[in-house]
Amino acid sequence: MQLNRDALLQAYRRMRTIREFEERLHIENRTGEIAGFTHLYAGQEAVAVGVCEHLTDKDWIASTHRGHGHCIAKGCDVGGMMKEIYGRADGLCKGKGGSMHIADLDKGMLGANAIVGGGPPIAVGAAIAAKLAGEGHVAVSFTGDGGSNQGTVLEALNMAAVLKVPKIFVFENNGYSEHTGASYALAGQDLGRRVEGFGIPVFRADGFDFFSVYEAMRQALEVSRTGGGPACVYATCTRYFGHFEGDPQNYRAKGEVEKFRDESDCLKGFRARVTEAGLIDAATLDAIDAEVLAEIDTATNDAKSAAPPVPADVLTDVYISY
Amino acid sequence: MPVITLREALNEALHLEMARDPRVIVLGEDVSGGAGGTSGQRDAAGGIFGVTKGLIHKFGDGRVIDTPISESCIIGAANGAALAGLRPVAELMFADFVGVAMDQIFNQAAKFRYMFGGKARTPLVIRMSFGAGMNCAAQHSQTIYPFMTAVPGLKVVVPSNPYDAKGLLLTAIRDDDPVVFFEHKALYSRKGEVPDGDYMIPFGEAALVREGEHATIVALGRMVPFAEKALEKLNAEGITCDLIDPRTTSPLDEETILESVSNTGRLVVVDESPPRCSVASDIAAIVAQKGFRDLKAPIEIVTAPHTPVPFARELERAYVPGPAQIEAAVRKVLKDG
Repeated sequence: MQLNRDALLQAYRRMRTIREFEERLHIENRTGEIAGFTHLYAGQEAVAVGVCEHLTDKDWIASTHRGHGHCIAKGCDVGGMMKEIYGRADGLCKGKGGSMHIADLDKGMLGANAIVGGGPPIAVGAAIAAKLAGEGHVAVSFTGDGGSNQGTVLEALNMAAVLKVPKIFVFENNGYSEHTGASYALAGQDLGRRVEGFGIPVFRADGFDFFSVYEAMRQALEVSRTGGGPACVYATCTRYFGHFEGDPQNYRAKGEVEKFRDESDCLKGFRARVTEAGLIDAATLDAIDAEVLAEIDTATNDAKSAAPPVPADVLTDVYISY
Repeated sequence: MPVITLREALNEALHLEMARDPRVIVLGEDVSGGAGGTSGQRDAAGGIFGVTKGLIHKFGDGRVIDTPISESCIIGAANGAALAGLRPVAELMFADFVGVAMDQIFNQAAKFRYMFGGKARTPLVIRMSFGAGMNCAAQHSQTIYPFMTAVPGLKVVVPSNPYDAKGLLLTAIRDDDPVVFFEHKALYSRKGEVPDGDYMIPFGEAALVREGEHATIVALGRMVPFAEKALEKLNAEGITCDLIDPRTTSPLDEETILESVSNTGRLVVVDESPPRCSVASDIAAIVAQKGFRDLKAPIEIVTAPHTPVPFARELERAYVPGPAQIEAAVRKVLKDG
């Protein structure tokens, strides 16, 4: 493991921030103050953070409808995100995108994407730009097991391999495509083998374990940053909440989520690993937990009290000139 | 001034802009061609209609990118490249293929700027051939631009001659918004005077192709030369018309059309698309709404029928609006009222 103490603390803080952000949204969604669809990432934090801790603002990521975790992991402003989800004028996208369209190009974040399978072709293009620039940057797409069945994703795998662009496909198999099990909808079951069929090297990871994802991403980058073309990180994981907020998850066995929370939670696992190894003490992690909680409190309260956009704003930002 | 084809005019524009701006890339199926072939000859195609011919020799395969047959990913990659700072020109061989790429065009490219609160810049051109006249049948002959015109966030260009094609393509590549650029395949060999070097034609400015007093004809793409042909016959009888080529359907130069109708009082709109929700019906609606008091007769639209594009020569000829229908429509608006 090459992570020093600061890097470990940052990774933990990011994962904890995602968790608190999502748990808070789960609660706040019931108040009716948040409009539209919200898809929560809680449970999968190790994947987003394990991948993005390797990236800089000059590397690109393309996300999904379940994008809050990717945004936070890539460094998007949490307060701005919360305001966006509340539809506020000074939200990250001025209240025009909402939960499913958070983007911050300055952070290399090409956008959450409400069209399943929309992101990977876009990331291929960013990878073309990265290859032409020749500075060793990469583009990463996140895709779920559901998204992996979209033709666009297969097109992107093929094209990235043909063009040998620095593109990393991260697949997060959380077991469910919306309300349908991956055991039903994912032919062949092992998505990694599907990707290997394109001649793309696959690095498998335990999506509940930050260190496993971090290592897989390191290996993938060894391929892509050095001119080897695309690579893939394939992580298996779970989501704690429904497909969208309000989904009663009737398709999941009673106790399934609780068991994952008890036995496989990425934050618990991280904490056990670093404390048992004597790298970080529990009190330090507790302090981060408290700081993150306070940050999310502030972000939520600020978002609630922030001004909404004015109706005239509907007409702006369609074109740069028209 | 050199006389060249519309195909050559587009090719010149691409050469000029790729030389001027290293951020411009070209991607699509067979844009050079020959990759992986047994002859070893690159540039074996230069695009299905030869518009991208010669680019690979000058700019290399890093900037002239032959893609697999993956229209959705071609446009998606162009989107991502544009967001990441390049100025891609993507080619879809046939406009009909937007059927498999539609999501990346109208849910992604068209919406980035708005969804992302004005922070995204998507300087993207999607070129595609369109139109009937080559017996390519139902899946290779449609106009498609009405769909694109209906999408906020896209700009839509439909040139009718070589001069406009070059100037409009240069404008399109330099534009910071996504532009869908329609090239009529029956016009690729149309010749016209085209200056060497660089010039731009602004979007949203119609061309007044002919001036007249009795009626206004608005026509697009291949319908412009057809309208000119109809006018030759009408002129011989002393009937003259304004012939307006909007050149871009989004933005649309409403002012020039309305001003002409205020002079003539009679309007014929010619569009190769089927009639419902067409550019013809759109322009007719705009004039009915904003220029009603100037009208002396009901508006006529000349369009294809509400059918797919047929294959057989006889059927396709019956499908595509031609000079005879345009002439008849002008006579009708002159007789009415």
